[in-house]
Amino acid sequence: MREMIKMLIVLTILATLSGGLLAAIRDNTKDRIENQVLEFVKGPAIRSILEGATNDPIVDRFQLKVDDVERTFFVGVMDGQPSAVTFETSGKGYGGDVGLMVGIDVENDQIKGVGVTTHAETPGMGAKAKTDPSFVAQFRELPLAEPVNVTGDGGSINAISGATITSRAICSATNDALKIYEKIKPQLADKLKEFK
Amino acid sequence: MARSIVQEFTKGLWDEVPPFRLVLGLCPVLAVTKTVENGIGMGLATTFVLVCSNVLVSMLRKVIPAKVRIACYIVIIATFVTVVELVMQAFAYPLFLKLGIFIPLIVVNCIVLGRSEAFASKNGIFRSLLDGLGIGIGFTLSLSALAAVRELLGTGDLTIWEKPIDIFGPSFQPFSFMVEAPGAFVALGLMLCLMNLVGKK
Repeated sequence: MREMIKMLIVLTILATLSGGLLAAIRDNTKDRIENQVLEFVKGPAIRSILEGATNDPIVDRFQLKVDDVERTFFVGVMDGQPSAVTFETSGKGYGGDVGLMVGIDVENDQIKGVGVTTHAETPGMGAKAKTDPSFVAQFRELPLAEPVNVTGDGGSINAISGATITSRAICSATNDALKIYEKIKPQLADKLKEFK
Repeated sequence: MARSIVQEFTKGLWDEVPPFRLVLGLCPVLAVTKTVENGIGMGLATTFVLVCSNVLVSMLRKVIPAKVRIACYIVIIATFVTVVELVMQAFAYPLFLKLGIFIPLIVVNCIVLGRSEAFASKNGIFRSLLDGLGIGIGFTLSLSALAAVRELLGTGDLTIWEKPIDIFGPSFQPFSFMVEAPGAFVALGLMLCLMNLVGKK
């Protein structure tokens, strides 16, 4: 009986201490880990879209609720004005969801640029959407008013050869982003003023 | 067969070097040794866990009841592995992405549990610390050596820290078999053979 109790006590104390230690470390590293994930998963796309920004878009971020979905917005300050904002949407690709960072030029009502963040497309085919900058470059400076489409669907975007599904996924993700932007335009404008 | 304190440390570097002499913990040895950087990262993570769990197990060896000792060791080891995982995520995220599932899997690495059970639970704190350090460094060196062979033959580069260094120049034809999974077995086998030849009296 005494042995039983000793086992119980030792294991309980050990597990409690371990839990406490881990909780403390977790609390202290949480923000850093969140930043690291943003930096290495979404960072490259954000930085290439907001090229020339004088601030750090990953630090200057805020969250807004759009249709019950919490979305993170990254602000780009150009020439002293918070004139661009990027956020992430996704489209159905060939190998699953394609995550797309879409940048909006708030001042000129244009697409600032897009960049693929996460995907599971075929290497050498759909994966070119991320590795070949010439495809996403086509989205730069397109007007916000009309939806983007690949040429086969009556749009102006030349699809990646052999990867029409991926190209369509990126177009539809961009269009989703345009719709979201339309919905929250006033709120966003208010928020952006804070970054002057 | 009492060893001197120095020997407790040095045995991990040669006589009992884990992958080649004890042939333990082969899962990460085969899986992560695609680049030297991965090998060093994995080795250092394991060393940290080994040293910390050895010291703690040795400290608590008179408190832990024999019947639940394995459960206690696992709690201790799992705690330190999670510490490594969190710290690596916070400070070396690209390395964490490359090592992936093999960091949490240090919990079930038989070297760590083996040292706790076979050594730390029977020896003093200082000896356990040296034992953990020696075995850990031996493990790191073995991983790095194996990774160096595989990476050098498989890609012609050596990646010590972030950027690959081109060793053989552009005219080298990479023997990419070596960086794939079967190449790991072949390379490990050849190195084991070499170790046995050298160690033969």
